[in-house]
Amino acid sequence: MIEPAWAATAPALVVAVTALVLFLVDSIDPESNRPALLSGVALVGSLAAMGVALVYLLTGVGESPVSLYGGQLVVDQMTLFFHVIFTSVTTVVVLGSHDYLDSHPYQAEYYILMLLAVTGMAMMAASGSLAVAFVALELASLPSYALVAFMKQNRGSVEAGLKYFLIGALSSAVFVFGISLVYAATGTLLLDGIADQLVEGTALPGVLGVGMLMLIGGFAYKTASAPFHFWAPEAYEGAPAPVSAFISSASKAAGFALAFRVLITAFPVASAGVQNALDWTVVAAVLAVVTMTLGNFAAATQENVKRMLAYSSIGHAGYVLIALASLTGTGDQSLVLGAGMIHLLVYGFMNTGAFLFVALAEYWDVGRTFEEYSGLGTQAPFVSVAMTVFMFSLAGLPIGAGFLSKYYLFAGAVNGGLWWLALVGAVNSALSLFYYSRVVKALWIDEPDEPHTIESYPAALYGAIVVAAVVTVGLLPGLFLFDGVAFDAAAVLFS
Amino acid sequence: MGSLAFARELRRATSCGLPPWGVVRMMLELLIALCLVGAFAVFVLPDEYAPKAAFGISLVPLVLSLYMYLTFDGVGNALLGGDIAFESQYQWLTLGSYDVSWFMGLDGISMPLVVLATLLTTLAILASWTPIDMRQSQFYGLMLFMEASLIGVFGALDFLIWFVFWEAVLVPMYFLIGIWGGARRKYAAIKFFVYTNIASIVMFVGFFGLVFGLGDSISSLALPEIAQALRAGELGSLGAFGPEQLALLAFLAMFVGFAVKVPVVPFHTWLPDAHVEAPTPASVMLAGVLLKMGTYALLRYNFTMLPTIARDLAVPIAALGVLSILYGAMLALAQSDLKRIVAYSSVSSMGYVTLGLVAYTMYGTGGATFQMVSHGLISGLLFACVGVIYNTTHTRMVGDMSGLAEKMPVTAGSFIVGAFAYMGLPLMAGFAAEFFVFVGSFDAHFAYSTVLTALAMFGIVIVAGYLLWSMQRTLFGPFRSETDYDVTTASLHDVAPLLVLLVCIIALGTFPYDLAFERVLDATEPILDTTVAAVGGGS
Repeated sequence: MIEPAWAATAPALVVAVTALVLFLVDSIDPESNRPALLSGVALVGSLAAMGVALVYLLTGVGESPVSLYGGQLVVDQMTLFFHVIFTSVTTVVVLGSHDYLDSHPYQAEYYILMLLAVTGMAMMAASGSLAVAFVALELASLPSYALVAFMKQNRGSVEAGLKYFLIGALSSAVFVFGISLVYAATGTLLLDGIADQLVEGTALPGVLGVGMLMLIGGFAYKTASAPFHFWAPEAYEGAPAPVSAFISSASKAAGFALAFRVLITAFPVASAGVQNALDWTVVAAVLAVVTMTLGNFAAATQENVKRMLAYSSIGHAGYVLIALASLTGTGDQSLVLGAGMIHLLVYGFMNTGAFLFVALAEYWDVGRTFEEYSGLGTQAPFVSVAMTVFMFSLAGLPIGAGFLSKYYLFAGAVNGGLWWLALVGAVNSALSLFYYSRVVKALWIDEPDEPHTIESYPAALYGAIVVAAVVTVGLLPGLFLFDGVAFDAAAVLFS
Repeated sequence: MGSLAFARELRRATSCGLPPWGVVRMMLELLIALCLVGAFAVFVLPDEYAPKAAFGISLVPLVLSLYMYLTFDGVGNALLGGDIAFESQYQWLTLGSYDVSWFMGLDGISMPLVVLATLLTTLAILASWTPIDMRQSQFYGLMLFMEASLIGVFGALDFLIWFVFWEAVLVPMYFLIGIWGGARRKYAAIKFFVYTNIASIVMFVGFFGLVFGLGDSISSLALPEIAQALRAGELGSLGAFGPEQLALLAFLAMFVGFAVKVPVVPFHTWLPDAHVEAPTPASVMLAGVLLKMGTYALLRYNFTMLPTIARDLAVPIAALGVLSILYGAMLALAQSDLKRIVAYSSVSSMGYVTLGLVAYTMYGTGGATFQMVSHGLISGLLFACVGVIYNTTHTRMVGDMSGLAEKMPVTAGSFIVGAFAYMGLPLMAGFAAEFFVFVGSFDAHFAYSTVLTALAMFGIVIVAGYLLWSMQRTLFGPFRSETDYDVTTASLHDVAPLLVLLVCIIALGTFPYDLAFERVLDATEPILDTTVAAVGGGS
């Protein structure tokens, strides 16, 4: 416990305050462009938020959940775990953005939008009712649309932003309609209240079932899972690469945070006496198979590295869905959910790092396809080693922590009795090595047609990539720091 | 570390005169750390210093591993309750009810293989000085990284740790083939990588079938605990599969997974591509050490953990071994590229290991382990010779050259001695190893063991055939070379590895018991002791 209770939301507050400070800094002299100052403030803010979240998490502030505003906001260990994911991804992305934005105008707006989106994500992870969930979802989404379209001189960026916005608006509508149907069936928006109501049963099981399906649709959109995944390749490809890193890592984690909390708290599968209109674990199992297979096979056919990473991101959403699908009530529930959370943590670093490498390639103007990456290994060995680590870790080779987190996921699935799902996941993971290794092959093995002219080595972007790589590798032996925390955090949800 | 393990540690440390220093127990970790730090240091060095620096760095783990070999105090089999040498165990992760720990240690099986790995790495680095002329710091960095992973594979006693190293070996080899290889290197590298990675997944799934089938009877992924539980017949059922079916399926999955690495015919198709395209030093490592990972794993997993299934399947497995021997030898006979000849003869030689393992007799299992070391040295020597010949003549085709003995006497001499070792000439390592294997498999209790052994012996005749034929054409007769390069005597750092390997081969063949076999038998015999092993499936 922590006194006063609102202090539990400190990570989100720090991020929000930093955004406001940036407004202030920018308004003093809006005409001048001060990249170092702006990115410095944003970096300090996100670092501070990460520090607070880490300290809270490791000292167990959320072990007995802190409930605010009559249960509208809940801060427990899972909330804090996700806060660590969001803020650490943001820190790395902000660091990488400093060089990427270079002398681009409207830098203050860029960082403000990003920090506001993080605030929304933090609230998504802490939402105790469907109303807060919706508001938080919108707070996270609206700045993201603008960020994707940030390069407004670039047709691709604007087009991506528009697509992202249109599909986002549609799925928001679906989500809020789902909320209204669940409300109609249960008479409450509080997640705990819905679960209590379901014990008594509902007079409108059909309405509730459709409502739940619509909610799952909303989650699928935010996590870039099938069937609402098709915005992702467009948005990730068109967006500035650091924004792609941010959305595909942090935003996806936020979607899963919300999905975990809503589905487990409001519609528990395992509890005796709860009359669910719909067994969402079955839906999640189907979506997991479709999402990871589709993501992997589509990724294998790409020629553009950024697009390949976008589809790989869809594939990884499929892996995490295995965690949801395996919450069948048999076996150790917290093990399964904890595995999903660990994978999102590790994915946050390895995927962010990979997109930042793409950002570096865009900064150097080397091109977008695999072939155009040829020979970068000899010219920029350090970041190329880092990219190699990201690729192998994403593929599940034990070079980085991606191996362990996938191993946890598949073991969790077997634990929940879904050994066939683990098998599908393992086969997908083995095949994914094919397209990830294409990047590695281009970097180190292929000879470039003409050598790239690399004029400068941007320190901050380099630093961000190397930090992400060090953490990805370091989490392999260092995961024991987090695995107990993750499993305990997951256990709180089932108590 | 549990208090029991600690007590044993203390007892051993005080009883055998070794000082109870932490550093003595952490020797393996020290070796791995040295290689990793060295790999990084070489990677950042400028190209011109990398070869000598890498050689110097690799001497340290070599000397240390020889010191470990001399002070080795392990007794029995590490997996079956023996006293583990250089043991260290630290709790790492917890997965549900299973503990994962950093658990390293050596016994009479893994100790010689660690020395083999450190020795061949040093020699392969020396053999790279001439042929590797671009991106040296990356090349030597990868070699040292591979050495670290190989020591880890042979030293790890926890499944997850072992698997991390097992997969980590693939990465440097992929780059070594892909960057410094021959014309079709990209194809060969990706084929090697994907082929062996899929095999790893198959094996992984099979092994975890066993872990989940054991259920609550194990509390960690430590290999000794799992091996002992399986041999005690504690395997339960999993899903629709009963214990017997589960054990059989897991055995098959692991066998296929490891057979790709060995390789056992018909899982060998990646090998000729990888070998022919790989730069020669990488071939030395591939044939000398990486193939042994497959047979080492077969011995540790399939034949130690599921002895009953292995006995039931003895005839088909032995038949696959004999098929590898004969088919590999015939394929070698049909080649005209020296490197392909040696590559296919590796398939043949590794067949003897399979045959020896499945015999389940003292000499069979021990001889197979001895053959791993012996073949590592001999194939390393032959590949190194082919490399030296290629560096000078720039061709590997048998028809393109003759009479090399005249111009390169030391290289030719080494090649000849190596070839005779391959054919099993007495007083050389190959003779001792193959003799043990044949004695072992002749006595084996499975049906047709005598017939299969006799067929396997015929393989030696074919080996003699192709090696004598290719030597006669390339080394003897009047000097002739189809290429425009000036054929001169190779320099000292080129032939030094050959001579070192020659000495090792003859030493090992002359004193097999004292140098290795006694120690190997001490570790392999507990595997044969079935009095404690209930029937594989259990009750």
